[in-house]
Amino acid sequence: MIALVKRPEPSRVFSLAAPLLAVLATMVFGGLLFAVLGKDPIEAIATIFWEPLFGEFAFFYRPQLLIKGAPLVLIAIGLSLGFKAGIWNIGAEGQYIMGALFGAGAGLAFYPLESAFIFPLMVLAGAFGGWVWAMIPAVLKVKFGTNEILVSLMLVYVAEQFLASMSLGLLRNPEGMGFPGSRNLQQYSSAHNADLIAGSGMHWGVVVALIAVIFAYVLLARHRLGFAIRVTGEAPRAAAFSGINPARLVLFCLGMSGLLAGLAGMFEVSGPAGQVTIDFNVGYGFTAIIVAFLGRLHPVGILLAGLLMALTYIGGDIAQSKMGLPAAAIQVFQGMLLFFLLALDLFTNYRLQFKRAEAV
Amino acid sequence: MTFTKRAAAKLLLGTALAATMGTTAFADGHEKTKVGFVYVGSVNDGGWTTSHDKARLAMQEHFGDKVETVFVENVAEGPDSERVMTQMALDGADLIFTTSFGYMDPTNNVAAKFPDVKFEHATGYKRLHDNVSTYSARFYEGRAIQGHIAGKMTKSNIVGYIGSYPIPEVIRGINSAFIHARKVNPDVQFKIIWAYTWFDAAKEADAAKVLIEQGADVVLQHTDSTAPQAAAQEAGNVTTFGQASDMEQYAPYPRVSSIIDEWAPYYIARTQAVMDGTWEQIDTWDGIGAGMVGIGEITEAVPADVKAEAEAMKAAIADGSYHPFTGPLNKQDGTVFLAEGEVADDGALAGMNFYVEGLDAELPQ
Repeated sequence: MIALVKRPEPSRVFSLAAPLLAVLATMVFGGLLFAVLGKDPIEAIATIFWEPLFGEFAFFYRPQLLIKGAPLVLIAIGLSLGFKAGIWNIGAEGQYIMGALFGAGAGLAFYPLESAFIFPLMVLAGAFGGWVWAMIPAVLKVKFGTNEILVSLMLVYVAEQFLASMSLGLLRNPEGMGFPGSRNLQQYSSAHNADLIAGSGMHWGVVVALIAVIFAYVLLARHRLGFAIRVTGEAPRAAAFSGINPARLVLFCLGMSGLLAGLAGMFEVSGPAGQVTIDFNVGYGFTAIIVAFLGRLHPVGILLAGLLMALTYIGGDIAQSKMGLPAAAIQVFQGMLLFFLLALDLFTNYRLQFKRAEAV
Repeated sequence: MTFTKRAAAKLLLGTALAATMGTTAFADGHEKTKVGFVYVGSVNDGGWTTSHDKARLAMQEHFGDKVETVFVENVAEGPDSERVMTQMALDGADLIFTTSFGYMDPTNNVAAKFPDVKFEHATGYKRLHDNVSTYSARFYEGRAIQGHIAGKMTKSNIVGYIGSYPIPEVIRGINSAFIHARKVNPDVQFKIIWAYTWFDAAKEADAAKVLIEQGADVVLQHTDSTAPQAAAQEAGNVTTFGQASDMEQYAPYPRVSSIIDEWAPYYIARTQAVMDGTWEQIDTWDGIGAGMVGIGEITEAVPADVKAEAEAMKAAIADGSYHPFTGPLNKQDGTVFLAEGEVADDGALAGMNFYVEGLDAELPQ
């Protein structure tokens, strides 16, 4: 008989090994899936993981990794602070949208004026937009004890309606022939979040994501507030006794994650996307939840996880085009990654024990 | 352990092979014409993307070995689509069809970087570079026929309409259907729900149910899934029309007819032009006459006289003797849109962002 036995201490080794094993298991079972679909599994896996990094056109895909990964990392870093403390912001997608709307709105208000002040103002407006949107569930939780999971999630749908309304109304491009969508910020140089070095993929969002990783690391490892976050998550009662104010922690964690999600939205709309459109949001806010857990809620882990997720997206699209793999198979492949991670995560706290079946 | 090592070795070998194959393909100047397709939905959506993919397969069959087609489905509009197009161009595509309105700016951005690759953008209006063409179909011609049948079929005098996005193409369709429903039924009212999606079975089903609850016994859709058909079937006594693809699995009722997008002739002609080196930038807007818009079989659920009228209208539109937007027509606010006998020009149709008189609805702002 096989039994699960709780480890006296969570296994450090397994905590670090689980993501790697999950990636490996995904490769094996994903490969089987591809084989069943009649595709060469080795080629498929190589296309997804190798091609974007070291293939013939890596010069194009590597910068794309930064573009795709930066918003994921930025949002996931914010989310991880709350998740560590048991505060669940599920609505980063909405905060991302609001950050984009505030940021783009601030920029477009000045069109066609060119000034060096416009972009910094947009950054502030974007951060504010995301922060405000996250403060709604935060204040409701603190004041009335509402569930932040539900409120933040529902606000995503509200934000989507705002996005549609703005694309069709206030921010609509007056020269857009009656079609929805704002002016393209890529063509408004004061508001354009361009690559810092052309073709490198390094736009301000990437820089800020890296800074966020460093700050989060320092905060969690060295700062009192980081200590409060960790204690609250691991031992809420101990946290209460040690004088940590839970309300302030809720406001900080939700506010910070909203702010970073808002920034991500702002950098996206003013850079790679360029336009406020009805379909501007493509799920970064939700994927970032996976990234946060895949990265073990650790800043460096999140950085790697964000890049890995970006890799599977980019490689997945290449595999679709080159090998004719259906999009659904790629999505299953990505889903496997989270599934195996959660499954293997069990062994951080438990271990398998093999013993002989006892007579009943 | 050996397994892992062997797998790693295979992995390396596989890549090396793939790399050499890639180079040889380029070395011989890739004899096959390579055509890429970027899809906004799934090839199994049963509607818009299915119609494009059917056309891709028809084109592939037409040319056989001379053409290689590739596609990527479920590509989000924005930077993702730009990446996918770039990837296709890098991988040697000679011609790329981008089949959603939201791909407009990305298509032009990528076209600027690959002047030797031809781009064809569906339903857009921007042709910023010589290597970008646009194409679309006059779906409003089919909507006129639907409106006629809808006006005759409804008993509650409430026609439901599931809109995707309030863009001119969709607004044109609503106006065209409404004008022709009113012509045969002065009491008919349209109820419009905006789904803000081209394809989302759950949202479309919800929209259809709400419309049916509000008394609609005909539901028109400008979204691509068959979910509204299923909702109508469940409710019973609700008439629907197939959208983009024939959706014949719901015939003879609730689906009584359909608008079918026929892209294959265009795809074949444009691919041929690339092979011959005669490809030039064009702006195509074809309808029933040119065969880009097909009208699916009108089933026996429609009374014979109505069917005959609908078919007569189809013939008149096809030969150009009738235009669905013929005056006198007023805008919703009562101002004149078209004077008696006046026919709308393409410019007015292309940017249409108002409802016609009589529609009791507001465009989302």
